[in-house]
Amino acid sequence: MALSAEDKCNVKEFWEKLGENTKVYGTEALVRTFLSFPSTKTYFSHFDLSSGSLEVQAHGKKVADALSLAVNHMDDLPKALSSLSDLHAHKLKFLSHCLLVTLARHHPGNLNPEVHASLDKFLSCVASVLTSKYR
Amino acid sequence: MVHFTAEEKSSITSTWGKVNVEETGGEALGRLLVVYPWTQRFFDSFGNLSSASAILGNPKVKAHGKKVLTSLGDAVKNLDNLKGTFSKLSELHCDKLHVDPENFRLLGNVLIVVLAIHFGKEFTPEIQAAWQKLVAGVATALAHKYH
Repeated sequence: MALSAEDKCNVKEFWEKLGENTKVYGTEALVRTFLSFPSTKTYFSHFDLSSGSLEVQAHGKKVADALSLAVNHMDDLPKALSSLSDLHAHKLKFLSHCLLVTLARHHPGNLNPEVHASLDKFLSCVASVLTSKYR
Repeated sequence: MVHFTAEEKSSITSTWGKVNVEETGGEALGRLLVVYPWTQRFFDSFGNLSSASAILGNPKVKAHGKKVLTSLGDAVKNLDNLKGTFSKLSELHCDKLHVDPENFRLLGNVLIVVLAIHFGKEFTPEIQAAWQKLVAGVATALAHKYH
């Protein structure tokens, strides 16, 4: 699956509007993932997952920063994401979905169907690059 | 079998009470067809699906979306018996419509994104979790009679 020029444009424009809030959204997406899909918690048995956890917030920020990096390097995601830990679950689709829900909730006006489609594709590409490190 | 706590049931029914079934159904189905274009294969007779705006404006998409969401309303009233509630629909989707159950999960997730758009701050992580359970339960119930 390749991102079209339009997809890249949609994603970049949308992401730019998020500004500094990306870190908050990264954390919220993680919280939603753990709550809605409890099996994902098994990958974080070494974390404090209670409400307000600083570890979750720190990881949420890491997720946000990695996505911002990906947005700026959509032409070569494998290279851009190569430094990220090999430890990424093959179930990243749950986090991708919860990220979409988080973004939808905070920016309903900007998430029209075309942008929704582009973001979904972009997040799938990122997840695919990260999980292919296993194989 | 999916089991809902009293709190989850309450979250689901109170959100459902505020949903505009016609609009939300059309939007969810429309977005499914835009975000996951292969799902359009089930809707050959629906006419113009050539662009996002054509899809979202298509009256057949809206009507069918309303039908689908009305059926979800049945689920909300029968949270303790999703398999029974969807038994006939399951047979229909397998025997006549030939829909891969994976598509029910996709539609469930798109619906949740639409609810997030409409409810904003109200769509807390806890409410989302209750709805994820519901859509997963419905998807399973719809797949139950497949053979």
